[in-house]
This record gives sequence, structure tokens and C-alpha cells, in this order.
Amino acid sequence: MTVKQDNITNIDAFNIDPWQQLKSFTRARIAIGRVGSSLPTSEVLDFGLAHAMARDAVHLALDVSALEADIKTQQFTTIQAKSMAPDRASYLLRPDWGRRLHEQSLMRLQNVSQTKPIDFLIVIGDGLSSLAVSRHVVPLLAEMRNHLPSDWHTGPVVIASQARVAIGDEIGQALNAKMVAMLIGERPGLSSPDSLGIYLTYQPKLGLSDADRNCISNVRPEGLQYDAAAKKLMWLAKESMRLKVSGVALKDESDMPEIAQQTSLE
Amino acid sequence: MTYSYIAGAHTYQFADLKTVMAKATPARSGDFLAGVAAETYAERMAARMCLAQVPLKRFLEELMIPYETDEVTRLIIDTHDKQAFTEISHLTVGDFRDWLLSDIADTATLKRVAKGITPEMAAAVSKLMRNQDLILVAKKCTVITTFRNTIGLPGHISVRLQPNHPTDDTRGIAASMLDGLLYGAGDAVIGINPATDSLPALMELYYLIDDVINQYNIPTQSCILTHVTNQIQLIERGAPVDLVFQSIAGSEKANKSFGIDIALLKEAQSAALSLNRGTVKNELGESNVMYFETGQGSALSANANFGVDQQTCEARAYAVARHLSPLLTNTVVGFIGPEYLYDGKQIIRAGLEDHFCGKLLGVPLGCDVCYTNHAEADQDDMDTLMTLLATAGLTFIMGIPGADDIMLNYQTTSFHDALYLRKVLGLRAAPEFERWLKAMNIMDAHGQVQPISHVHHMLQNMPKHLLNAA
Repeated sequence: MTVKQDNITNIDAFNIDPWQQLKSFTRARIAIGRVGSSLPTSEVLDFGLAHAMARDAVHLALDVSALEADIKTQQFTTIQAKSMAPDRASYLLRPDWGRRLHEQSLMRLQNVSQTKPIDFLIVIGDGLSSLAVSRHVVPLLAEMRNHLPSDWHTGPVVIASQARVAIGDEIGQALNAKMVAMLIGERPGLSSPDSLGIYLTYQPKLGLSDADRNCISNVRPEGLQYDAAAKKLMWLAKESMRLKVSGVALKDESDMPEIAQQTSLE
Repeated sequence: MTYSYIAGAHTYQFADLKTVMAKATPARSGDFLAGVAAETYAERMAARMCLAQVPLKRFLEELMIPYETDEVTRLIIDTHDKQAFTEISHLTVGDFRDWLLSDIADTATLKRVAKGITPEMAAAVSKLMRNQDLILVAKKCTVITTFRNTIGLPGHISVRLQPNHPTDDTRGIAASMLDGLLYGAGDAVIGINPATDSLPALMELYYLIDDVINQYNIPTQSCILTHVTNQIQLIERGAPVDLVFQSIAGSEKANKSFGIDIALLKEAQSAALSLNRGTVKNELGESNVMYFETGQGSALSANANFGVDQQTCEARAYAVARHLSPLLTNTVVGFIGPEYLYDGKQIIRAGLEDHFCGKLLGVPLGCDVCYTNHAEADQDDMDTLMTLLATAGLTFIMGIPGADDIMLNYQTTSFHDALYLRKVLGLRAAPEFERWLKAMNIMDAHGQVQPISHVHHMLQNMPKHLLNAA
């Protein structure tokens, strides 16, 4: 095949899609253009950067002491815990280890002296994105404070490393909590490396399943805002306490239309 | 029957056939997680040596998941075509590999014996095959299905247009749909993974796609990937349902965890057929109305693998699919995460195995060539797998704007990727759809996509959900 010189330098070789205005309706990578039928350089690089940030988010270790210091400014006490997964590589390969407490952590939690029973336990887990935790947990806690019933005892905030969602059950059981809210880094998406998820479980104990939890996902400024997430969580928590259930038996009727509207503007 | 292999001074013993199968499987994290994988490289090869000597007939006698307690096993055994099996019934697994690669096993022969092959036989022989073997034999298998176009013709590859949006915003979905159509994608199906479970909202999504298909007179079909029970209810309420979707797995217990059984799938198939919305009929005078998704690891994640390796469980899901004559079946190969398929190498191998097993059994297999951000994989691995699969005659791939699914948070293949495959391998869209692309001036006479000008018919006459934007 002969390629003429003017074909190489011709700027028409880059086809700009004339439906750019549709980008305002979605964050999907539409109207990105093409060179021949392939991706333009700029898009390959943008995608590569987004993937790199998501990969880093998975592997970045949570700075627990910095988080503890920040949480204490919100008038919460803290306690650390570790899962059975000794490191990130085994955490990724053995989800079952991430769901269980390391023996020493279990003993430590069981030995926490309690003056009165915990109504609402907050557990923070690094999950698959420590970035989500380090960015969003403290402002979310501040909002939660505003909605927390004054007669509820919260106990210490537990910070769990190499944690999956279900470790909240064992932690809640060890501390005899009536309810546990697990704040955990979600699996990073290409355009959302720092999404925080919240899982609420009534009467946490080993062996519960996802059907026993209520989930609030995509908590971050570009997704579900802190105040809306806190309001939703505390609505669910109060209903859960009243009805003594969580999960599929607890239907979220808080303020769905309002929240759906907010997230669609991201 | 005992299973053992003597290598030098060491005798490798295997308790039963499913242990031989599991230990013969190329290494993958999900089998280690399940505790069924070979413990050493040598043990893995010993298991393969042993497996090569097992007669195919043995798979009809020693059942890996009991007949009495598992309806998938009952389906496999009760629908096994003994007539079709006679041609290969004298073979061992090792012989079967040789036979499949030989020129005796041409397209017509493979089609003739397909119903005599059980998923376990297909999985077993795949464990003795190299990647090139999986490609060569799959390419000889032809599975053609129809709805409003013809899918699976040799020399063709179709694309599922997947215009997902995290909040099901109809304008966002319509924008991605238009983007894909103008890139020549969407002949396999236009299929949305909805965020919502609400029936009225799902109804709106059905009309969203149906309106676009009608407005531009596109020879393709729609699907909303919600639970099958929702789709049956929506059919009863008059929704314009083309294909019925469901995730399926390879054991009764795993299917139960999805809230389904075979009878429910049959009911859904009847409901969709009763609408008679397909315009192109297959050789049985019907259209294919089902769309299934599968993936290695789903049985284990439901704690329903019964000591069977994840690839064999996956092949068993294709028996369920085959029973319901789907238009499309999609192995979502890298979605489940690194605890099942750790890295690019494992994902690539699994994709080739799934495609081979599906095609050998007569299932129209496509592949969501994909990965998550916690897997050791990237877009280069996807390029490798999609190129290998398209070479092997893959039925369809996914088309998502820029390969980035903003609803499901994973990376898959893009509209550009499909164009790349068509260009490099000389593959074409479904013929009815290709004619439409040419009539719409999206594709030129040589089958290449054309530049779209701002006065293009579809930009001048946007879907009604986008009219405000124009």
C-alpha cells in the first residue's frame, strides 16, 4: 500500500465526532473521535491515566494513624483491628481472609471495657480503595454527627485493615453492638477511584449474608454527597432500630427521588 | 475406577474423576481458593496424563454432581443424544483431542456430534488443549441464530451495544446508544444493565430502546438485563421485550442463588416467544429469544461448586443455555475479580476455554473481554484476548464508549475495538445490520466506517430523549 505524504499530515485523519454536545448527558466516553477506526492518542493516554489512578487506589495502604488523628477531631475514640489477610496480595486472592478478624484483634476487641452497650458501632475498612476512606470518612462522620440520636451510644470507631464488608459482622459481635455501619472503600472504577460504600447491619454476627445488609454506595462529592449519604444512613439506622431488622426486610423509603436527582448531575 | 499416574518413582493418586479434572486444569486462583487445584506443577501434568486415558463414556457413568440432587446434571444426562455420541463413543479424552484437531472433524461433523458431547467431556478435552487448539477447533464450529438479524455466520462478528448509565438517565443512555450506532455497533443486541429494579422505570427503558430501533428501522434487538421474573412481569404488562436475559450457572444450587431454575427459564422463553417479535426465523422456524450471561467462578461464589473446578462448572452452564436455544450467550470472563482469575494470563486462557466449550456444545458464545481494577490486567491483555477470540470465530463482543463502563465500574471492549477486529481480520457485521449501516451512510461500500457529518440523518433526527440537546 502506498501512503501519500498528504495523507499522513492531513489533519482530517483525526475524525472529530460531530455530536460533542451529547457529552453533557453522560460521563461515558462518547464522541472521543477516531484515527482511522482507532482511538486517538489523547484518549489512549487519558484512559491510561485513569487506570493508573484506579490501580494505585487498590494498592495504596491506608494511613491508619493519620486517619485516627482526624477522627479524634470529630470527638470519636478509635481502636485498630486487622483481618486475617497479612498483606494486599493475599487480601486480593483470599476474600475469605478479609472477612475474618485476626485472632489478636478479636481478643483485643473482646477485652474492650464497656460502660454501656453500643447501639450504633462505626467500623471503617480500607476495602479496595484506601483513597475513598482517607478522603471521605472524616467529612461523612461530621455529617453523621448531626443526625445521630443523642441517646445512642456509639463506642469506639474501629479501623480495620485488609478488610472486606463482612468483617464488620465479627467486629460488631465482638463488641456486642446492636447495629454496625461499615464504611469501606469500594472497588475503584476508572472514573471513580475513591467511592466509599456504607453497609448497615442489625445485630451483626458471623455468618450473615449480603441479604442482611442495607447498602449505600458511591459516596463521594461527585456521587452521593456527604450530607445526603449521612441522612440516608441515619434514616435507615433509625428504622432498623425501630423494626429490629436490616437488609431485604428493611426498605429504603428515605428520600430516593431527591438523591437520584442529585447523583444524575454528576 | 481408580485414577493414578506413575511418574518415575512417584505414583500420583486421584480420588475420583472430578479430582482428576480439577488438578488437570491450568492454574487459576479460583481453583486454589476452592482448594481443588493441583499442588505442584508435576501433579498437574500427572492429572492430565491420567485424564488423557479416561474414556469419554466414563463421563456418562461417573457424575461429578449427583443426578438425584442436581437438575443440571439431570438435564445433561437426560438430554444426552446417544445417536450423536456413537461417532466418538470409542474415544478417550486424549483421543478426542486428536480427533477434534484432525480434518475428519469438519464443521458438519462437529455440528452432528454436538448433542452427543456433554459439558464435562468438552471441559475435559479443553484441559489437554493448548490455546491454539482451542482456537482452531472453535473456528470449525458454526452456531447460527436469528431474531431481527442473523448472528454467527462464518466471517462475521457482532457487537452488543451496552449504553449503561449509573442512574439510568434516559438521555445519558440515548447518547451512548447513538454514539455506538454511529460507530457501527449494536447488531448482537442493544442491552442495558439497569441500576433500578423498579418495574415502571424498567418499562421506560424498554420503550427507550424500542423507540430508537423503530425510529431508525434498525435490524437489531433489545434487552434489559434485570432479573428474569421482572422481565416476565413486564411482558405481562405489555412491555416491548425482544430478548429475555438471565445470568445462569452450572449447578442447581448456584442457579437457585440467582433465584432461578430451568422451569422458570422455560416459562420466560415461552413468554418471549409468544410476543413473536423476531422477524428472521432459524432452521426450526423460530427466532432465538434468550440472552444468557455466565462466568467462571459463579458456582464457587455461591458456594455451589461441589468440589468441581470452575471451568467445568462453567461448561455445565452451557448445557442450561443450549437447552433454551439462546440468540446469544456471553461469558463475562474477567468481571468476577482476581480471586477467581488473577491476571491477564488466566483471563485469556479462561476466555479461550469458555468459547471453545460453548461452541463445541453448539452454543452461540460471545465474550465480555473484560477486567476489574483489582485484577493484574490491562487493556493490552484485552487486545490479546479479543484478537485471539475473533480469530477463533467469536460470535460477539461488547461495545461500550471508550471501553469504560461507568455503571458497572469495569473495563471491557469499545466500539473502536470492534472496528479494529473487523479491519484486521476482515470480519463483518450481521448481514441485515450491515445493509442498514450502508443505507445510513455509516459504513462505505468497502465495509469501513465513514466520517459522520453534522448533517447526518441520525444527528438531524435525534432520538426523542435527546431532542432537547440538538
